[in-house]
Amino acid sequence: MQKKAAKLVKLFTIFFRIGLFTFGGGFAMIPLIRREFVDKQGWIDEERFIDAISVTQTVPGAVAINLSIFFGYRLLGLAGAFTAAFAVALPSFLIILGIAAFFNNFSGHPLLDNIFRGIRPAIVALILYGGYQLSKSVKWTGSLVMTTVLALMAVSLLNISPVIIIFIVLLVSFISHLLRAGRIVLDEDRQKPVKEGQDV
Amino acid sequence: MFNILFSLFISFFKIGLFGFGGGYAMISLIQNELKLHGWLSLEEFVNIIAIAEMTPGPIAINSGTYVGFKVSGLAGSIVATIAVVVPSFILVLLLAHFYDRVRGSDYIIRLLLYLRPILIALVFAAAISVARTSIIDFKSIMILLAALFLLHRTRIHPVMIIILAGVSGVFLYG
Repeated sequence: MQKKAAKLVKLFTIFFRIGLFTFGGGFAMIPLIRREFVDKQGWIDEERFIDAISVTQTVPGAVAINLSIFFGYRLLGLAGAFTAAFAVALPSFLIILGIAAFFNNFSGHPLLDNIFRGIRPAIVALILYGGYQLSKSVKWTGSLVMTTVLALMAVSLLNISPVIIIFIVLLVSFISHLLRAGRIVLDEDRQKPVKEGQDV
Repeated sequence: MFNILFSLFISFFKIGLFGFGGGYAMISLIQNELKLHGWLSLEEFVNIIAIAEMTPGPIAINSGTYVGFKVSGLAGSIVATIAVVVPSFILVLLLAHFYDRVRGSDYIIRLLLYLRPILIALVFAAAISVARTSIIDFKSIMILLAALFLLHRTRIHPVMIIILAGVSGVFLYG
């Protein structure tokens, strides 16, 4: 019991530190988590770590939060998940709270206005470049390009909610999964026990 | 008061639930909710993205905290921040629990395959809508091109690029 409490404190410290020093999106925290979990503490091995990264990406939400919940739960169950999520979110919560209070008093100040007028075009550049880098990870086919362009037009020109578009994609992929599963169910039944045996 | 907190919770729960891919892909979702309720002007939201880039933590959390505070003070910021995390919490717990069964599953690979182009579309949609309020004159076009050049050709950290853009804003517009 005491050992678990000590581990929770350790988990809190690690994720608080990760939350405090992760700039520029969740993927930046992956090397930090690896150093702590794989190299320093030896809580998880390299292969499982990489698996975990790819699996948590299938869940919606911020990458940093998802990773902390996943590793917290795998290590220390529900208490671990709570602790890790709380710890990783706390630094940015406190910082933004401070900034929000500051902006309440200083918004409309000409110097601040000019700073942000300069920053906003750079944000456009960051997002564009992020999209460009993401698009390099896709093996583009004609139909994929079409899908992307249609989705872009739906959101940008027709003002259709992204929620609706994502929902449709989930639905289509689920239906196509069911159709596929129905077709190859016999094959899978024969192969599955062997596959699982190898995996574990 | 309670009504505002409730709609804050619903909005940010929705953002958390449909925010696949995290980061830039979530911007379109957040903006959609802000527009729906009129909680923040687009300009103010772009400022938040800038702040989110310069401070630690995910954009979703940062926007939740900021928007919540703006709309309803400390209570609002706590509610919105928790709301955006709750869907992840439930789904990741399920995933972590059934991890060994879903690992390397055909379905998850297929889901990502379908989702990836949509997420890219959402990122570019976010860029377009941010550009509508940010690219307003010749000076802003210059800053955009300079930032793109630095991102593509150098290894300067994005935070540094934002700081440089802020400084050039003071000189160009001051």
